[in-house]
Amino acid sequence: MPQLGRMVAQRLALGLLTLFIVSLIIFLCVELLPGNLAEAILGQAATPETVAAFNRELGLDLPPHERYIAWLINIMQGDFGRSLASQREISELLGSRLQNTLFLAAVAAAIAVPLAVSLGILAALYRESIFDRAVNAVTLTSISVPEFFVAYILIIVLSVNLGWFPSISNINDGLSFWEKVYRTALPAFTLTLVCVAHMMRMTRAAIINLLASPYIEMARLKGLRPGRIILKHALPNALAPIINVVVLNLAYLIVGVVLVEVVFVYPGMGQLLVDSVAKRDIPVVQACSLVFAATYILLNLLADVLSIMSNPRLLHPR
Amino acid sequence: MSESKTRDVLLNMHGLRIEGRSDEIWQEIVHGVNVILHRGEVLGLIGESGAGKSTIGLAAMGFARDGCRISGGTIMFDDVDLAKASDDSLRLLRGSRIAYVAQSAAAAFNPAHKLIDQYCEAPVQHGIMPRAEAESDAIDLYGRLQLPDPGGIGFRYPHQVSGGQLQRAMTAMAMACRPDLIVFDEPTTALDVTTQIEVLSAIRDIVRQFNTAAIYITHDLAVVSQMADRIMVLRHGNLVEEGETRGMIEDPQKDYTRDLLSVRSFRKEISREPDPETPLLRVENISAAYGKTPVLYNVSIDIHRKRTVAVVGESGSGKSTLARVITGLLQPSEGHVYYDGAPMPPDHRKRNKDEKRRLQMIYQMPDTAINPKQRVSTIIGRPLEFYLGLRGGDRDARVRQLLEMIELDPDEFFDRFPGELSGGQKQRICIARALAAEPELIICDEVTSALDQLVAEEILKLLQRLQDELGLAYMFITHDLATVRAVADEIVVMLQGEVVEQGPKEQVLTPPHHAYTELLLSSVPEMDPDWLDNLLEQRAN
Amino acid sequence: MTMPLTGSTFSGHASPWFSRVAVAAVHFFLLILFLQNVTVDFWSAIPGFVFIHAYSAIVLVYWSRLDQTPAGDTVIVTLTLEFVLIAILFWDSFSAWPWSTLFGLALVQICAFAAVRYWSELRQAPYSAWFGLIVILIYIMVAATAPIIAPFGETAIVGAEYDEWSDKHLLGTDNLGRDMFTRLIYGGRNTVGIAFMTTVLAFVLGGLAGLLAAAMRGWMDQVLGRTVDTLMAIPSFIFALLILTIVGTSVPSLIVVIAVLDATKVFRLARAVSMNVVVLEFVEAASLRGEGLWWIIRSEILPNILPPLVAEFGLRFCFVFLFLSGLSFLGLGIQPPTADWGSMVRDNATLITYGDITPLLPAAAIALLTIGVNFVVDWFLHKASGLKD
Repeated sequence: MPQLGRMVAQRLALGLLTLFIVSLIIFLCVELLPGNLAEAILGQAATPETVAAFNRELGLDLPPHERYIAWLINIMQGDFGRSLASQREISELLGSRLQNTLFLAAVAAAIAVPLAVSLGILAALYRESIFDRAVNAVTLTSISVPEFFVAYILIIVLSVNLGWFPSISNINDGLSFWEKVYRTALPAFTLTLVCVAHMMRMTRAAIINLLASPYIEMARLKGLRPGRIILKHALPNALAPIINVVVLNLAYLIVGVVLVEVVFVYPGMGQLLVDSVAKRDIPVVQACSLVFAATYILLNLLADVLSIMSNPRLLHPR
Repeated sequence: MSESKTRDVLLNMHGLRIEGRSDEIWQEIVHGVNVILHRGEVLGLIGESGAGKSTIGLAAMGFARDGCRISGGTIMFDDVDLAKASDDSLRLLRGSRIAYVAQSAAAAFNPAHKLIDQYCEAPVQHGIMPRAEAESDAIDLYGRLQLPDPGGIGFRYPHQVSGGQLQRAMTAMAMACRPDLIVFDEPTTALDVTTQIEVLSAIRDIVRQFNTAAIYITHDLAVVSQMADRIMVLRHGNLVEEGETRGMIEDPQKDYTRDLLSVRSFRKEISREPDPETPLLRVENISAAYGKTPVLYNVSIDIHRKRTVAVVGESGSGKSTLARVITGLLQPSEGHVYYDGAPMPPDHRKRNKDEKRRLQMIYQMPDTAINPKQRVSTIIGRPLEFYLGLRGGDRDARVRQLLEMIELDPDEFFDRFPGELSGGQKQRICIARALAAEPELIICDEVTSALDQLVAEEILKLLQRLQDELGLAYMFITHDLATVRAVADEIVVMLQGEVVEQGPKEQVLTPPHHAYTELLLSSVPEMDPDWLDNLLEQRAN
Repeated sequence: MTMPLTGSTFSGHASPWFSRVAVAAVHFFLLILFLQNVTVDFWSAIPGFVFIHAYSAIVLVYWSRLDQTPAGDTVIVTLTLEFVLIAILFWDSFSAWPWSTLFGLALVQICAFAAVRYWSELRQAPYSAWFGLIVILIYIMVAATAPIIAPFGETAIVGAEYDEWSDKHLLGTDNLGRDMFTRLIYGGRNTVGIAFMTTVLAFVLGGLAGLLAAAMRGWMDQVLGRTVDTLMAIPSFIFALLILTIVGTSVPSLIVVIAVLDATKVFRLARAVSMNVVVLEFVEAASLRGEGLWWIIRSEILPNILPPLVAEFGLRFCFVFLFLSGLSFLGLGIQPPTADWGSMVRDNATLITYGDITPLLPAAAIALLTIGVNFVVDWFLHKASGLKD
């Protein structure tokens, strides 16, 4: 399978290149866009001397390309620099928060993916039925609603009125796994609700697209059972689109956490990012953006590679 | 006739009505057709597009496509009424006792599974034989269908096998459970003529060997007369005529059938004038490639004023690429194109307005060759504005004139959108658009192959009349030898990017031929039920 | 989408110009008659306006179908004259809020005309589409005429903090003692307006770039395509946060930043659908004829990709709207004291933990509009795909 190997290698190289360019963009954004960092931090009253001292301390007096290379090398060694606001090591700040965010996304994905894929397949199978129409209307609605609306509704119903879950997801490393899951429940449900809708609609579309193909008609005309047609004939070919849909939505989850974390005061990356933006703590914003972007790129890369690997034409070349 | 009546009736469709849905309204597309098929008999269903032949073929399996439904009549298969049978009982019959061979084997084989896995599915799932037995049976059938390497071909994936071989593998798959009836839905339409022969003879042999009844659906009367014992001619969902093959071919009863039979009789009068000094178009030693794949090798062609040069070849012969080189869409790696003695820039963007105007093109698919969002008046009027600077009333008057030239009523068609036209009318609009530029040479790229035969014949006659009236030269690119016979003055035969033979029509069409020309010529089906037998016998010797 | 009638029964009977002038004359006659008898305020006259315009629209549409000529210029001329007339007759309301009044009036007229023009299709529209259309209409009306209908000023502090619902303050007051109902109305104007402008800008940028990439191909396609790929490699919400940190969150920078980020997605779609058209022979025929880039884009490609682009406009508007509300909710979007639905939720969120749903009303308003737009888009897409077969 030399062709397959070559394509996968190509994608990996492209992913690395993208990552590199993205780091450059994130670095350059600060560099090129209007607004002076020192002035923003020190305020209008800063004297030229304090500004110069500030710049020297951060290495801002060096030429941009040297700073970029130093920055990149440091990051590759796990050193993101120091926060302007709290003077703490950024990698220290990120560590546990990244874990928490990934935990939240994983819980949400564990509920959302199986639910969405099975709902999507069912809706495709029974398309135009009452079930399909109902699911369509519900998902259309939940796509249209802002995340924080869903979050607050859940808080009012499940937390304020029923008292089942805490409205603030305060988690830390000391908690047991299930305790963590319990406290993460509301933000995870919120993410699930928003993301199931997208995923399910896309799965449904992918399957319906496939069911119209001549080889499915052939399978029906061979007198096969409906279950076998779906599992043996549709699914292997729907794999690529479904994988794409799932991974795309996982990427969406990673980004969607920002709003949800803020609503539930969840100690994750999103919360950190929003706080830092408010404080204009640019090194932290850069670090968070880079981590988010890297996760996003890696997930998209994964989708790409998986869908290449599920293509029979590439798996079995002539 | 008397012999077949004594045999058992296998399938009896009576008063079959089928409806199709368009714009949320159900409209009848098959209006009460009766079909009777006996055991071991091959029935040909023939008709043009919209005749309902595929729909009827699928109904023989109790199947209606999405957006269609069987709305009336009975479909008695042995003693079961397929129109009323439950989904489960239909499922038990399909694949085991009634099988289907689709038009495009490349699309109808699942790309994710090996051929033999797909072969074994029906017999194993229907509980007819175990997997091992099915596999050895498959290899046996692959051999009988003259597939190369019968032992190994089944273990390949569909995309690893050529079109003609896939079509035979699909026939083998249909045979897997030794069904009583196979429905063949245009199995050779997508194939080249030389491949078509192999598939036709393989299908006919296997059907005869197992004495299977078959419904053979096609739009080609010559093909069906090789395959079928009896023929039903359909039109607009109605039966036109039915009869034994030989009788129908020799003595058709209805005008429509007679039209279909005589469709290839049109012949152009060959011009006897000597060639003028400079040809209108001279293609000199052209070689061209797509990226690194060479497509044309050293092709030279002359086209003289008022002449029709037909470039004929199968898919992959490079005939359409040649048109792209002449129009300047593809730059040749070597060679030149001369127009009226002067070299033309190889890139169409570097040609001047007059060079572009004098050379026009008509495409294969009229559906996509005209902008669906423009009215007929704009489609034809734009070249008038662009090349000749006609505006307002002058332009409209000329558009009307052109509509009359292509035999469409100006008052009726002037303001129409393409969506409101039939395929043949659209192709006429394309012709009018080319004429609007007042060209000297028109390149016709497969202009009739997307059309029904009767419509195609009208288009050919129109083009011929226009040539006589306006003194146009045509370059006719086609895979269809009947078209070549009809319109050509000169013929260029191409194979894999090279010209294998070229010259005046009589010279190319009369023996001795180049070997490939011979193969091509002899592969065109004729309206003679014995044609295939004779040909195979001839080739065996 | 409507079939033109074939064979005009009126051809050669009356010239299109004559019929147009006649319609305009009758229109003004009715209007003046009506206005002379209206002594009450401007807004209670709306049913009368709707009636007169619907009547004129019916006649105009009927006529333009008969002689198959567009009636657009007549409409423009008539409307302009009418605005002058209204501006004089309702000088009080007009001088206080000229743009709101004009815009509101224009909307009434456009809606009446469109409803008549597309009545045959509207009649077959499902309830969901009707619901969506009416919701959109109400939002636009409210946004356009906010200063006229709002009981208080946008930023005026008019009571105690967190007042309950009452006759004076329909929905109570907010954390600073401003009237919630007033803020809700102005919030709609600001959020919808900014989201709309952003979407328009995104479409101009992305749509044009996509068309250019598809029509020119070659290096142009490569450069634009790679640029967009790179921009899309960073999740747009994060990217927006990053840039807004640096350039600050003024309304123009919000619009530009979100529009540029969103334009990448418009580019992808515009390029993809244009590519499907560009490969068709009629585009090849046009370029072989020697047509310029502008003709090919405007006359050959654009009319054929309009339906998916229109649908995408609705979807992208929803996306931008949610995006903007999200940013505002985080305090990083539209800045106080400008009223905005996202930040209204954030400012009053404390009430939610006491079980008060007032802070959720702006969120519900966001949801209602996006649902409405989605329903209309759904119907439109269904129709567009149905027409294809």
